[in-house]
Amino acid sequence: MSVVENKEQETLEFVRDTISQIGLTRADLIPILQTITNKFGYISQVAIREVAALLKLPTKEISSVATFYRMLSTEPRGKHLIQFCESAPCHVVGGRQVLHKLKEILDLEPGQSSADNKWTLITTSCLGVCGIGPVILIDTDLYGNVQPDQVKSILSRYE
Amino acid sequence: MVLISNDPESIVRGSETIYNAFQEQLRQFDLSDEVSVSLVNDIGQSYASPIVIIYPEAVIYGPVNASEVPYIVEEHLYKGRIVEEKRAPAHELSGRVAWLSARKGTLPAENRIVLKNVGLIDPENIEDYIAHDGYQALGLALQKSPEEVINLIKSSGLQGRGGAGFPTGLKWDFVKKVNSAKKYVICNADESEPGTFKDRVVLEGDPHAIIEAMLIAAHAVGADEGFIYIRGEYQLAIERMEKAIFQAKEYGFLGSSIFGSNLNFSLHVHAGAGAYICGEETALIESIEGKRGEPRSRPPYPTTVGLFGKPTLVNNVETLANIPAILRNGPEWYRNIGTPSSPGTKVYTILGKVNVTGLIEVPMGITLREVISIYAKGMNGGNFKMAQTGGSSGSIIPSSLQDTPMDFDSYKRAGVSLGSGALLICDEEVCIVDLAKVLLNFFRAECCGKCTPCRIGTKRAYDILSEISHGKGKLEDLDELLTLSNELNDLSNCGLGQTAGTPLKDMLKYFRAEVEAHIRLDVCPTGVCPMAY
Repeated sequence: MSVVENKEQETLEFVRDTISQIGLTRADLIPILQTITNKFGYISQVAIREVAALLKLPTKEISSVATFYRMLSTEPRGKHLIQFCESAPCHVVGGRQVLHKLKEILDLEPGQSSADNKWTLITTSCLGVCGIGPVILIDTDLYGNVQPDQVKSILSRYE
Repeated sequence: MVLISNDPESIVRGSETIYNAFQEQLRQFDLSDEVSVSLVNDIGQSYASPIVIIYPEAVIYGPVNASEVPYIVEEHLYKGRIVEEKRAPAHELSGRVAWLSARKGTLPAENRIVLKNVGLIDPENIEDYIAHDGYQALGLALQKSPEEVINLIKSSGLQGRGGAGFPTGLKWDFVKKVNSAKKYVICNADESEPGTFKDRVVLEGDPHAIIEAMLIAAHAVGADEGFIYIRGEYQLAIERMEKAIFQAKEYGFLGSSIFGSNLNFSLHVHAGAGAYICGEETALIESIEGKRGEPRSRPPYPTTVGLFGKPTLVNNVETLANIPAILRNGPEWYRNIGTPSSPGTKVYTILGKVNVTGLIEVPMGITLREVISIYAKGMNGGNFKMAQTGGSSGSIIPSSLQDTPMDFDSYKRAGVSLGSGALLICDEEVCIVDLAKVLLNFFRAECCGKCTPCRIGTKRAYDILSEISHGKGKLEDLDELLTLSNELNDLSNCGLGQTAGTPLKDMLKYFRAEVEAHIRLDVCPTGVCPMAY
């Protein structure tokens, strides 16, 4: 099998496995999609079609939910996901300057992935850790009280 | 800190003279650097005006005469002895004064009801919760009929702490009264209001309090199944809550015939997937049902047609966390804390340009000035310019409203809203246009897209503010912003759209000159906005 077909097969098997563990009803849809996103970084068209088939729903229903929630993605993401809080409490305590530095060092606008697929930068809404703003979330690592001159060393921790 | 009432009645009775006398006396006693004096409004009813309040002891003197000022300064501020004979009689009326009288202490202490166990017990050990009065309230509730429990909550005066302030007992009653074999209880732990992390702290630190409260609610309204909808980003809260539910089941607090009664209750954690709008109760329900989180048209309300079409009770984490304490201590105890219109405590998150940020729980009725000077230990370098209360959909509070008691009633009368309890304190380095732009960007990004006024309105407002911040604003834009604000309020399908216009209105009401400087003078007074593409 080619690489693409391998990937497809892996996706299909994972989707079937996930659904057999979580459930087949509409109410199980978001947990299913979240599990798929956590595994592959995004929900591919192959996954969407398979979920639709198993849950007996039109693919548009799957897509409409998959595109609504911020923690789900229908676009592939880089190896490391950088989420930067752009809400008012972080912004007011220096968030503006930290974001500027992030964009400068990565040479990315929010929503973009780097050419080598190492990074995806997105801005996010309040993460609920406002007492230690400005806040950067890289994968599952949370950095608080970030100063612009710390951005470079934070990023250098990631392969 | 010395505060002198300056409402019309106090002015007539010489508050300005008193102010000058204080300044003069402080100079004489060489205390000018240590003690600040301010003329303030809305201290309370003028039953003993002019009123003088001195911190940190929070002593209220009144009525005060200018000739008495030297004595007060010498005795209280210089020698540290409270002048008992000049104390104003305790009075129930205004929120602020009622709270101060009730406190009777010296340094203002927090009153932790919601946060009673947080940081003091091991949240992953149910035995620790039980040892600290845990599940006692459930036992008490099961000995009462559902009606008795609801009346108890009603008489406590507890109001919703998610932001809307709806009377909790009344909501429980609505659900109870519906005739249905199947009902649900949902805990709204989606906490996504910017600046708010009070619920997270309870979920992580005292998860069993929520389980116990939901059990009591289930008994009261006749539900047998519940969901705790926790936002997906709160991984630790989700883990702890699932562990707590597992332990509660082991100990027989969840399942069937709980405590040998006829209460059956099963509880599940449902994780959100990153959508602020899912904090709106009908959008939350849509999300549990596996759909896009788009708010429903109301009526019908979830109390009659909710999750899977069944009557559903939705309560915020903080609201629920009050329930066990109210059952254990009784409604009168709860009524004695806070203000007559807003009993109990409120958990506030303090953020922004202050020295100490974080979380406090204090009786309702505290003022913003007190929060900043006492708990936040003052502004961090700058001067107070404005605060936003209640998260991004909250009101922008200018200096003049710093002394309004923070309770639902007083704030409503002042035309501002209290919301979720997030307090974002800004100094003069914050540009109002820049702040409004960030706030509208939030609404634009989080808008679900279902209704046109919000979908288009938030985007248009953001674009206008962006133009203004880049030096391309026109005066007509301000009229359009005001129109947008009104349209958002009147026409939106849900609270997100309805409150998205609040920052615009407040910006133009209190800081119009600063906005116009961007347009007329092509200048951003704080130097924050780019002002040129």
